[in-house]
Amino acid sequence: MTPKSGDRFSDKIMLETTIARQRISRGFGMKTILTSLALLGLVLAGTGAATTGAIAQEEAHSEAAPTHFPIHEPKEMDWSFAGPFGTYDKAQLQRGLKVYKEVCAACHSMKLVAFRTLEDLGYSEAQVKALAAEYTINDGPNDAGEMFDRPGIPSDYFPAPYPNDQAAAAANGGAAPPDMSLLAKARGVERGFPRFVFDIFTQYAQGGPDYIHSLLTGYDEPPPAGMEIPEGTHYNPYFIAGVSLKMPNPLSDDQVTYDDGAPQTVDQYSRDVSAFLMWAAEPHLEARKKTGFRVLVFLLLFGALVYLTKRKVWAGVAH
Amino acid sequence: MSEGHSTYTPKTGIGRWVDARMPLPRLVYDSFVAYPVPRNLNYAWTFGGILALMLGAQMLTGIVLAMHYAADSSLAFDSVEKIMRDVNSGWLLRYLHSNGASFFFVAVYIHIFRGLYYGSYKAPRELLWILGCIIYLLMMATGFMGYVLPWGQMSFWGATVITGFFSAIPLVGEWIQQLLLGGFAVDNPTLNRFFSLHYLLPFMIAGVVVLHIWALHVVGQSNPTGIEVKSKTDTVAFTPYATIKDAFGMLVFLFIFAYFVFYLPNFLGHPDNYVVADPLKTPAHIVPEWYFLPFYAILRAITFNIGPINSKLGGVLAMFGSIAMLFLVPWLDTSKVRSAVYRPWYKLFFWLFVIDAVLLGWLGSQPAEGSYVFMAQMATLFYFAFFLVVLPVLGLIETPRRLPNSITEAVLEKNKGGGGGHPARATAAPETKG
Repeated sequence: MTPKSGDRFSDKIMLETTIARQRISRGFGMKTILTSLALLGLVLAGTGAATTGAIAQEEAHSEAAPTHFPIHEPKEMDWSFAGPFGTYDKAQLQRGLKVYKEVCAACHSMKLVAFRTLEDLGYSEAQVKALAAEYTINDGPNDAGEMFDRPGIPSDYFPAPYPNDQAAAAANGGAAPPDMSLLAKARGVERGFPRFVFDIFTQYAQGGPDYIHSLLTGYDEPPPAGMEIPEGTHYNPYFIAGVSLKMPNPLSDDQVTYDDGAPQTVDQYSRDVSAFLMWAAEPHLEARKKTGFRVLVFLLLFGALVYLTKRKVWAGVAH
Repeated sequence: MSEGHSTYTPKTGIGRWVDARMPLPRLVYDSFVAYPVPRNLNYAWTFGGILALMLGAQMLTGIVLAMHYAADSSLAFDSVEKIMRDVNSGWLLRYLHSNGASFFFVAVYIHIFRGLYYGSYKAPRELLWILGCIIYLLMMATGFMGYVLPWGQMSFWGATVITGFFSAIPLVGEWIQQLLLGGFAVDNPTLNRFFSLHYLLPFMIAGVVVLHIWALHVVGQSNPTGIEVKSKTDTVAFTPYATIKDAFGMLVFLFIFAYFVFYLPNFLGHPDNYVVADPLKTPAHIVPEWYFLPFYAILRAITFNIGPINSKLGGVLAMFGSIAMLFLVPWLDTSKVRSAVYRPWYKLFFWLFVIDAVLLGWLGSQPAEGSYVFMAQMATLFYFAFFLVVLPVLGLIETPRRLPNSITEAVLEKNKGGGGGHPARATAAPETKG
């Protein structure tokens, strides 16, 4: 831009702006209204921040009668399947399966998981066959019209411990233990602002296993003085829907024997079974992340080429 | 533009033969090759193409998903899990489709806000804008019904809450609600008709999109200066100029979309929807999908009766009213100047409105208790004030900045200057910002 033409143009602009200012100040009453409306937005944000703080303080005062759950947020653990290159730790999944079979399966079904998929955990076909055969499956009707029992085969699903939800509820004080197939995706404590924004960049998607691990290791704490725990329930500050839950502490040290030398502690059991449940809920996680990396690399390269082409196409055109 | 006559000349014998009988290639050539677009369109204008891409992708993944889905309340949840576990690449299809809905809305919100910022709704583009609003309404219906199909807890309770709105309408409300539900509560008949409509509505959207594009090609695109195209130098040919720019915009958008599909596929969903629907167990907080949250906040902000209107009906009216505002925008805005670039006051209020909409969205996700209610009421007040007070009044009292004489003048003015920070340059080309 030559200084001359530029100055002429800027003079024009200055003039326009001055006229504009004068006209605006003539409509002063209106301007005041509009400014106050504009301020309303800012005040709103301020009030919001202040009151949210007040709510948090209020909560701290009523420790014996909390209104928001869980009382403690889940502890964030390191998971092998976190992040863009995350994979399942097969040894951990096998240990987790053992914990499920020997502890959880007494009450919790896992009806969406078929034995055949356990090959993902590193078992051979023969091992899966043998594992399935440990279970008795009620099948039928046969040619005589009768139901019969037979050993499980790989295409069967994990059988439920109770014949139906009503039986499960009746045997567990009125609340049926939830099916575990999707538990790791069906539980998640709200992250709140601004954490959910950071989660996009850190790819935090382990809310489910973090929650399960925290819940299973959260039975030790005694309830705060004065808190009323309903009869037949157990205090757990990590429980998402109240101060206590019907499920008693299911795990204790050395309850499940590990063959691979991993520590036989409640914490280790909880980690392993949480990882296993993540696999049960999202069996194709590894394929998803692997495919995703290729897709993103492709889009990046193709995008760069298209961008260069775009620059070339527009090179001679002012826009 | 409409006045431009066709420059298509078929090169082959077959081309001439077809052109004399049904000139479809000519239509395509005139619409997507020779069609003149303003030369100063920025990347905000790539979202029309992105939306067309998303609609196509949603229909494609949806049609394949429907091959594996069972619309029966006793089978639906498990059939979705069958897709996730056993169907080849089923997890990919389903995550593409569920996140695709979210990103469809991301794109449509940017598209709508672009229209609001640059005044794209003003004469002669009122019908174009209204067709867009109709598409948006159809998208909301489609998105809502689609969310019911997996038959999870949020599907069921979301459907219960949203169909419950209709019962607030006097006289015919209950009848409409029962017609929607196919009974007295959300149940198998609801799921069946929602599935049917969820499959139908996208084709209706495609139909209105054709009208939307038709109307666009009659009046031509608006542009960041808001000044109409005056001469040939103001425009460039759609291909290659807009095509390549749209392609780059799409790839950037697809990159972000893919990031969510592959790394955070459940980030925008709710964990409760991985629990099968249970009519006897109400979730602690029933929240709709994120793209409905601002309207949900407005619905719940009306906690008081206004004369004969009780709070429930008031909330429903406010919610539908907040969407109806969009339809009226071409007539609520009294300013003769289209683009916010030349409207300093409007620009300020536009951004406050964006902040207000985001704030409403956040409030919609919070429980309706304590101070949240008051904040939602204030934010709702500002939402309506923007349309009913700011838009009409600003046009009457605001003095716009000097407008360039033509798109070409604006472009040349912007490209001339080399020295950064020169006052003339900074003022003359504000349309490059934002």
